Amino acid sequence: MKPTHHFQAEHLVAGYDQKKVLNDISLEIPSNKISVIIGANACGKSTLLKTMARLIKPTSGGITLDGQSLDRIPSKQLARVLGLLPQSPIVPEGITVSDLVGRGRFPHQSMFSGWSKKDYEAVAEAMEIMNVTELANHHIDELSGGQRQRVWIAMALAQQTDILFLDEPTTFLDITYQVEILDLLTDLNEKYGTTIVMVLHDINLSARYADHIFALRQGELISEGAPSDVITSELIHDIFGLHSTVIEDPVSGSPSVIPIGRHHVRQKEAVWS
Amino acid sequence: MKTQTIEFIQSGRRQRQQRWLLVTGIMGLLAFVLMGAMLLLGNTIYPVQDVVRVLLGEHVSGASFTIGTLRLPRMLSGVLAGFAFGLAGNTFQTMLRNPLANPNVIGITSGSSAAAVFCIIILQASNAVVSIASIIGGLVTVLLLYLFSRSKGSSFSIGRIILVGIGIQAMLNATVSYLLLIGAEQDIPAALRWLSGSLNGIQMHEIGPLFWAVLLCAPILILFGKQLSILELGEQSATSLGVRTDQVRMALILSAVGMIALATATTGPIAFVAFLAGPIAKRLVGPGLSNVIPSGLVGINLVLAADLIGQFAFDVRYPVGIITGIIGAPYLIYLLIRMNQKGDL
Repeated sequence: MKPTHHFQAEHLVAGYDQKKVLNDISLEIPSNKISVIIGANACGKSTLLKTMARLIKPTSGGITLDGQSLDRIPSKQLARVLGLLPQSPIVPEGITVSDLVGRGRFPHQSMFSGWSKKDYEAVAEAMEIMNVTELANHHIDELSGGQRQRVWIAMALAQQTDILFLDEPTTFLDITYQVEILDLLTDLNEKYGTTIVMVLHDINLSARYADHIFALRQGELISEGAPSDVITSELIHDIFGLHSTVIEDPVSGSPSVIPIGRHHVRQKEAVWS
Repeated sequence: MKTQTIEFIQSGRRQRQQRWLLVTGIMGLLAFVLMGAMLLLGNTIYPVQDVVRVLLGEHVSGASFTIGTLRLPRMLSGVLAGFAFGLAGNTFQTMLRNPLANPNVIGITSGSSAAAVFCIIILQASNAVVSIASIIGGLVTVLLLYLFSRSKGSSFSIGRIILVGIGIQAMLNATVSYLLLIGAEQDIPAALRWLSGSLNGIQMHEIGPLFWAVLLCAPILILFGKQLSILELGEQSATSLGVRTDQVRMALILSAVGMIALATATTGPIAFVAFLAGPIAKRLVGPGLSNVIPSGLVGINLVLAADLIGQFAFDVRYPVGIITGIIGAPYLIYLLIRMNQKGDL
């Protein structure tokens, strides 16, 4: 089981040039749980994740891991605890799947060493979890979108971090693959206790797979907690400006948002009241 | 189950490593053969034992001058320059993830040349000053590229770097042409060295600076090979994997530009070697493994082979840069067309 970590952001302000994207966000990531950041487009979800993964330097405020300021931790040492899968990772030309997954071992290797026994084990394990073992010697360019995404996650897993951030890991994937990826990440969390924080677009899948939800609106954290406490039609209206009714997901029992548009509404009076 | 998986991954990787070793070995061997040919061939062909005796420092009448003074510096400068161009070119190409993004195409070599020609013709500067100016010229070009290709808010695109680079290159070449027009006649031969690559008439004492540059910079590029392969995954992945991207990039750029500038100072810009070596090496050694040393070896082979062809294949003797230019230009056009089709430009 992965150790417990205290990952905290305090009064985080960040942005590009003059534009403030995050405005005074304070939060603690629940250790060994799955958290999902939700919010409308351009509300700062991705920026929050990147800032917490030290890809963006905050303008003010601080991030601490187990009480230690993030920018004080040597980069390789931090990379053994905290990993991030970017939204659109860049594929190097002509590389095989196992070599790409193996690059996730970088923070565990010294300058000169080749692959150690441990590296092979970690790569094999990551590829088995993500179900890409048979693809080991294939070129990345030959893979489908869903396979490719599993390979990327396998690379992040080979890094063997206790905390894993994923920026929209299911975007551009068919619903089948979306569910598959989220199932695999849940397996990972249950089996190893890996702390997972991700940005997801699909509110219902978020509510189903998350232990904890962070709801963002225009760079501010407006609500957080268990999905059943947080996801209400008021909150959905607050962050998306959308009318909806929230029902119980018949499959999982988690809240499920049914949007209400201007058309195709059976009893307008009833739902609008 | 897991041991099976490990063995499966291991065997695939071992195959790729074996191919890498084999290809790298063959290229190293070929380089030795070409080095030998550079010493043996010429108007007079001396027996191998005479060549060996000259190399061991013995005096052999006739051979000592031809081999020791003419052919040996020619060969050594070709080896050092080829290695430097190949290694540095591959570094830029991998770092910017595009074969077009190499010092020949995006104006870094021209930056060195322009600075050097300026020092020779306008400042009448000494050789040492010219060498230092050429390094600074290359670095300033990198800085200009960075400033001009940055767009507000977003990270900079490789396509823009290449287009801006081609523009800068044209501007610098025009500057050099202008300097040559206004230059004093006695300075022109020294300045011409900076325009096209040639191994003609290079003397032993002129190789020193390049030798030290390669000795100092090449190990840095080789040592940072692993970091370079992580940088290839993009800024975000590299940072998350614990690479200090800014520092690594700085070390790589400084070493690559240092080697290119001094190689250019010694042999002139041997056209397209920095451009061709990386892609050829990658094609040969296969995917996934380090391309750093193979690129250097391909660079050596390209320069030596092109120089031998230039010297002996035709009635007229052509400098090495003409031959590599003839090989490289069509590849450049091919890449530009392919990039345009992919919509990267």
